[in-house]
Amino acid sequence: MLSNFGISSLLLTLTLSLMIIYYSFLDLRISNQTIRKKIYKLSLFQITLTILSLITLVVAYINSDFSLTNVYENSHTAKPLFYKISGAWGNHEGSLLLWITILVLFSFLFLIYNSNHEKQYRLYTLIFQNFLIVGFLFFLLLTSNPFNSLFPIPTEGLGLNPILQDPALAIHPPLLYVGFVGCSIYFSAAMASLVSGYEGKLFAKSIKTWVRISWCFQTLGIIVGSIWAYYELGWGGFWFWDPVENASLLPWFAISALMHSVIVLEKRDTLYSWVILLCLLTFTLSVMGTFLVRSGILNSVHTFASDPTRGTYILSFLSLMIFSSLIIFYKNYKKNFVQINLQSKEFYILVNNWFMVFFLFTVFIGIIYPIFLDVITQAKISVGPPFYNIIIIPLVVPFLFLMAIGPQSKWIKHRHTNLYKFLLLFLASIVINFLIYFIFGSYSLLSNLIFISSIFLIIHSAIDTYQLVKKKVKFEYPRIISHLGFGLLVFFIGINHHYSIEKDFNLKLGENKKFDKYEIYFETLNMEQHNNYKAIVGSFKLINIKNNSIDFLNPEIRIYSNPETLTYEASIETKLTKDIYLTMSNITRSEYYNIKFQDKPFMIWIWISALIIVLGGSSRILGNKKNEN
Amino acid sequence: MLPKKVKNRILFLALSILITVILVFFILKTLNNNILYFATPTEINLKEDIDIVKKMRIGGMVKKNSLKTNAEKIQFIITDNENEIIVSYSGTVPNLFVEGKGVVAEGKLRDKRFFIADRILAKHDENYMPPELKKTLEDNAK
Repeated sequence: MLSNFGISSLLLTLTLSLMIIYYSFLDLRISNQTIRKKIYKLSLFQITLTILSLITLVVAYINSDFSLTNVYENSHTAKPLFYKISGAWGNHEGSLLLWITILVLFSFLFLIYNSNHEKQYRLYTLIFQNFLIVGFLFFLLLTSNPFNSLFPIPTEGLGLNPILQDPALAIHPPLLYVGFVGCSIYFSAAMASLVSGYEGKLFAKSIKTWVRISWCFQTLGIIVGSIWAYYELGWGGFWFWDPVENASLLPWFAISALMHSVIVLEKRDTLYSWVILLCLLTFTLSVMGTFLVRSGILNSVHTFASDPTRGTYILSFLSLMIFSSLIIFYKNYKKNFVQINLQSKEFYILVNNWFMVFFLFTVFIGIIYPIFLDVITQAKISVGPPFYNIIIIPLVVPFLFLMAIGPQSKWIKHRHTNLYKFLLLFLASIVINFLIYFIFGSYSLLSNLIFISSIFLIIHSAIDTYQLVKKKVKFEYPRIISHLGFGLLVFFIGINHHYSIEKDFNLKLGENKKFDKYEIYFETLNMEQHNNYKAIVGSFKLINIKNNSIDFLNPEIRIYSNPETLTYEASIETKLTKDIYLTMSNITRSEYYNIKFQDKPFMIWIWISALIIVLGGSSRILGNKKNEN
Repeated sequence: MLPKKVKNRILFLALSILITVILVFFILKTLNNNILYFATPTEINLKEDIDIVKKMRIGGMVKKNSLKTNAEKIQFIITDNENEIIVSYSGTVPNLFVEGKGVVAEGKLRDKRFFIADRILAKHDENYMPPELKKTLEDNAK
């Protein structure tokens, strides 16, 4: 029943997309300024049906309707309701349905919210967006239909991978998808702009809010993903430079560059072609990331059961996208002379873009090179984290300085009058840096540079805020909040990275161990029975010899029954100044337990500063809405 | 004599090309220093000269009943059903490190039979197997 309903609403969505394309082309010939009511109606139907099909899938999951292959493979009756719902997008087919829903949603929102822009441009955007929708719908229906039915109907499902049964991971895919798939709308808008000749300031105005929305969601999605990795994967790190994580970073660099350069286009009417290229690049990179992950070329937690036909389809679709967008770009490319003064705001923004492109290029090489080498020479290699650290971290230093100085400059031509202030701030940062060095006592040239530059940005932002409050200029707040957040983020990551204490050892029950300033006692071991798993819980007492504080930690080993899986749950004691992180794992045929202890200073501040960055971005979106009304 | 504007542009262009070339060179050089080659015990056995300085990855199955533990470290044998290597490791083993299952160890070879690992690769889920390992095991099983 649900299967038929789901499939028919998807087929209807497909038909509606084709109708929208057809009627939009018809409407293009009529030279008035209003889009026909019919197109609005079709679009409304389309979004209703898509959401309905998503709801159908969620309902099937809630009811554990195992007549759907997808539900059977990824759900189980004993699973808590919350994870039944999130299980709907915790697999390839369901996530693709979510992907399509977001494509359609953005298509609809763009249509109704941009009514003050030129008709031709809006219609073309709608057409291109619906081409994307049709492409992905075919992909879904041909290779990965979530509504495929199963007969005879099994009584029990296979269950969801336990490490995915987690609140952070339930909201991670929707956030990231709104971020990645949201890019589609300005991909379509960029194509429409090229075709319809609706360019310059007005084009920038029409896309900037969409750019910011998807940027906020992408950033938030990446943060949630890394919080999850921090407490669930049991390594105590939050970024592993894993190829799949990197794949999510590529569109983020592109979109961050775009978010800055679109301001130049809006205010100064230059860099049009560059903005268009970034629009095209962002969504292309999102799809490329999906291709790499879904095809099984990159293997990780994000790889669902891989199937070569899927890879082939996405690869052909991706090539078609790149090819057609480049053709349209070159056919409509108008050479425009870019005159940018070296001392102006637009120049600083351009520099930001160079940095972003450089970071993007580095990470891109890191992902692609092993694949490339495998195809050419069959040699299997992997690129280690040091590669990214060596290349990217030194460049963060000048990047932070420019991030502090840049926004203060004026458009067109700027004179540096307050060199004195910069020097003073620079000295202050150096002094604070040495204070940190005295408190923690460890030294490396690069870490000092990172600290100095991030402190410089933090102080600079604080002073900016003070001056703006005095002048009562509200417009600059979001920028300052985001830049401040970035400064804090780099600063805390630096501290955390350099002053973490990490210790691995094996312990038997009843034993204790002394290391650094800690003494740890392995006190008891208990078995607990839960709804869908058994847990072996260890109790540890940790004594800090220096200040005599005591912490109790309870790491777990969980044994899930469906599917049969073992996971290690870290015990994390979060304080404002540090996280204490303990994982315990058992070793086959031995009384020893493998203990990983970590003392991670200011861990929670990494998340807080990352959230501050998003806060800045989202306050700009909300602020703008108010200004326009 | 070229006009000042043109001269500036040429200078700017030359400078940016130079910087790009330097950066690309730098990236590729760092990349070259940081890639880890993957090998199976058989491949190591066949090699004439082994590199004991450069870090690498080896992969295979954890041999049944080969795991030994004491308070300091873990020792086990990686096998690809033809050849074996003894791996010594001190640190936390990741989720699902079990005898009889696939594993990838990162570290340095001491000789053809002995490997000192500084990382045992995390496996994200029960079905995970590095693609390079999957192929070898499938080939060996034939």
